[in-house]
Amino acid sequence: MNPTQTTLLELRDAIAAKKISAKQAVTAYLDRIDQHNNTLNAYHETYADRALQRAQDVDADKVTGPLAGVPIAIKDNLATDWGVTTCSSKILENFRSPYTATAVAKLEAAGAVILGKTNLDEFAMGSSTENSAFGPTRNPWDTHRVPGGSSGGAAAAMAADLCAGSIGSDTGGSIRQPAALCGVVGFKPTYGRVSRFGLVAFASSLDQIGPLTRTVSDAALMLSVISGPDERDSTCASQQPRDYLAEVDQPVSGLRIGVAKQYISDTNDPAVNQAVDEAINMFRSCGAQIVEIDLPHTQYGIPTYYLVATAEASSNLARYDGVRYGRRCDDPKDLIDLYSRSRAEGFGEEIKRRIMLGTYALSSGYYDAYYVRALKVRRLIKRDFDLAFSSCDAILCPTTTAPAFRLGEKSDDPLSMYMNDVYTVNANLAGIPGISLPGGFTTVTHNGTPPQKLPLGIQLLGPVFEETKLLRIARMYESATTHHQVRPSL
Amino acid sequence: MIAPDPENTPTTPATATTVPTVADGIKTQLVVGMEVHVQLATRTKMFTGAPNVAWPDNYDAQPNTLCDPVVLGMPGVLPVINKQAVEMSMLVGLALGCKIARQTKWDRKSYYYPDLPKNYQISQYDQPLCADGQIDIPASDEPDAPLKTIRIIRAHLEEDAGKLLHEAPGGIKIDHSIVDLNRAGTPLLEIVTHPDLDTPEQVVIFAQTLRNICRTLGVTEGIMQKGHMRFEPNINVVIEKDGQTYKTPIVEIKNLNSFKALYGAVSYEYRRQVDDWLQTGIVMKSGSKSTRGWDDVNLVTLLQREKEEAHDYRYFPDPDLVPLVIDDAWIDRIKPLLSELPLQRHKRYVEQLGLNAKDASAIIDEPKVAAFFEEVLTTGVDPKRAAAMLLNYGAKRANEQSCLISELGITPTQIKSIADLTAADKIGSSAADELFGHCCEPGNQSKSPDALAQEHGLLQVSDTGALEGFIDEVLANPKNAKIIDDIKNGKDKAIGALLGQVMKLSKGQANPKVVGDLIKQKVRGG
Repeated sequence: MNPTQTTLLELRDAIAAKKISAKQAVTAYLDRIDQHNNTLNAYHETYADRALQRAQDVDADKVTGPLAGVPIAIKDNLATDWGVTTCSSKILENFRSPYTATAVAKLEAAGAVILGKTNLDEFAMGSSTENSAFGPTRNPWDTHRVPGGSSGGAAAAMAADLCAGSIGSDTGGSIRQPAALCGVVGFKPTYGRVSRFGLVAFASSLDQIGPLTRTVSDAALMLSVISGPDERDSTCASQQPRDYLAEVDQPVSGLRIGVAKQYISDTNDPAVNQAVDEAINMFRSCGAQIVEIDLPHTQYGIPTYYLVATAEASSNLARYDGVRYGRRCDDPKDLIDLYSRSRAEGFGEEIKRRIMLGTYALSSGYYDAYYVRALKVRRLIKRDFDLAFSSCDAILCPTTTAPAFRLGEKSDDPLSMYMNDVYTVNANLAGIPGISLPGGFTTVTHNGTPPQKLPLGIQLLGPVFEETKLLRIARMYESATTHHQVRPSL
Repeated sequence: MIAPDPENTPTTPATATTVPTVADGIKTQLVVGMEVHVQLATRTKMFTGAPNVAWPDNYDAQPNTLCDPVVLGMPGVLPVINKQAVEMSMLVGLALGCKIARQTKWDRKSYYYPDLPKNYQISQYDQPLCADGQIDIPASDEPDAPLKTIRIIRAHLEEDAGKLLHEAPGGIKIDHSIVDLNRAGTPLLEIVTHPDLDTPEQVVIFAQTLRNICRTLGVTEGIMQKGHMRFEPNINVVIEKDGQTYKTPIVEIKNLNSFKALYGAVSYEYRRQVDDWLQTGIVMKSGSKSTRGWDDVNLVTLLQREKEEAHDYRYFPDPDLVPLVIDDAWIDRIKPLLSELPLQRHKRYVEQLGLNAKDASAIIDEPKVAAFFEEVLTTGVDPKRAAAMLLNYGAKRANEQSCLISELGITPTQIKSIADLTAADKIGSSAADELFGHCCEPGNQSKSPDALAQEHGLLQVSDTGALEGFIDEVLANPKNAKIIDDIKNGKDKAIGALLGQVMKLSKGQANPKVVGDLIKQKVRGG
């Protein structure tokens, strides 16, 4: 078998059955990274020696577990006590963490082999992976286009088969949106399902770690490994992890799929709405009941999100001050100069924009009008979902409004960039799980270039801590379609 | 030594500050509310497992050794609440008669400073753990001063900051500042009172009372030089002139860490505000609070910050922590840990045990001695006799050894036995003192004082046969003829002189009462 042209699950089983060695698998992925990463810039760095050593330990049965020998990529905002943890920021360019994120530690404890760290929008703020201090990542389907963001490196690496599975983080859609634009599965679990310890915080009440994979089953397996309580994260739920994989192939009987009119907009790319229609038909043909639901506060999601997220970010990023670690400016005149120049030199434009927005939202005199009001709307959005889930098992909607856009297309228009998250942010505000699935393709041309095939995503949202059912529903869709089997030609 | 906890000695004004009660035809009244920071002596820090500098083992830790990634505010690490700190705070809150919140949350207070690693402090903004309490304190240092109630607004939990140093350890000059983060993240209980304090003396009594309560509850050792407690009085003066009332602007004095500084700063500020008002006529405006610092060399307060420059702290709920829910069961588990508070205990010692006020204070001032005394009392010993033994025999030995009375080695049972021997006239007072000393010697804790008294020949001789020899010898001495005549003539006082000689011959072992009776019999013949 070709270890890079398979699924995580198949590769895991092949290694376990010793049909292929972990070393062969890891070598094949490292070779493929060598071949394609220059073009794609999906990885910041790889840990070839460390990965090969781990693979040998797996082959010698010194390392075992449900992911033994499986080559995994991790987003570079997850701390590891090896390599650097940069968050794609100059301010952490040389930061070496003395600790490892719980999710990464769990992957390794399950036998996974960490190949390297993937590119992201700086501190996970962005929807295109263009806001990286280390250059943009390119979409494997069309290298003139963005992979989405902020987990663009993870999605591109997954789509290009530069890893067998990867993990990213999702604050307002940062797993699901790039998964949709790259044609892979991206799963944001319930807030609190996966420990945030070691995930460099963007917006603490919204951030959640999750897998980007080739298939739903792969995502189920990875979630089983990384989820569960952690005494180092007070916001992490006490629920014990489940074996999501064991149940994923069981279809849900009496399934009710909710469809909200607020998510089917005329301003969506027609291909997106068509993909959702096809999904509706597919579920109907499986015997599911299609329920019309109302999510009246959907339109307030983006402004609410950009207040809550920036407020928290302005505080979370205050620690990067050049005093204890990270970038410090040369020859500071005094304390204020040290602070302001270190931060001015270390942070990119989008970070500064969001820190200013968040600082403003929390300032005395504006706090009630912005932050407090945003929290109220956040509760209303959550209530919308609670009500909706009383009449359906999952909500079907697009992941994005359109397929991948071209590099630079939205760089000068932050608001248009922010609107990328319009279908994803509400899940974060409500804390509910959401999964983006390969939902078909569209063909686009630009300025007379040859027609280009681009993937589209459809999204399923479920009630809190109902990951098992959500994955089963996602798997029903996946097993009735072939979109996930199509790979970009590199 | 016994109490004299140097920090509890009565405060005398550092300078003879004239308190401006009546001057220039005006009447003034000082108004003070207090903010007190108490470092809680938990083993680990408020939000992480790093060792706490306020825990005795870590007092002398080298700079920046009590740190971990959470203390340093590194990327991706998260705070986790220290339950012990919460329980200690509940305990103090209960002792101050506060209501304990059923739900409390954590907020971030944002400001940039190099001793604050995250550039925000985790604190409690609008849902403090404890609120609405009160304590009674003596209104002055007079022995029979009436009690005065000081109302507590709130007591909330937060984390301490580190320290910024402008010279290297050892006083070495440097051209930059350096940071020691050992203190960063230490649990800090901030207690805020209503402006119920009237005099500088009362402010100090309140501070001392609060310190004694915290020490008794075991939440801090209360060592002032180490910053275990820091005081921030909020001061203004109400002035009456020509039937009109004026209020001076409120001043907060930051970070006072001795009772002397507290007294000095409040007294100085009282005077200064009145003088300032006389010169400028400026009165309090809403929100017009300025901040001053105490210069303990020149004994003046100096302006640090006007309100106009005040920070916007941008408080908001910390999304890394979940609200803390406290149920009745939890509070019920804490309540039994609430020991008798110093003022109540003092009252009991004086009124029920019959101790004099000074002895009672001497025992209570040091919680460990008080606890030891309570243990001694459980033996059924006479409280006054036990207190006298501790404060006489014990105090001087503790002083010599620079330890607490409770640490001398003598056990409560041994104290009871010595008291019994004394009560039964089996030993005299100097022998009791010596016996007390033997009980303190290493290895003697398991020995009974009876056996030790025997071993060291401390038991009194009451056997008349043995005593008669000594008495006859004394009576036969011609030098004593005059004294013997006096006794014959009914002067009982004169017996003392002969008694002393007999005691000397018996090497102190004679029972003085028996000797006295025998002398009378022999001299008066009957």
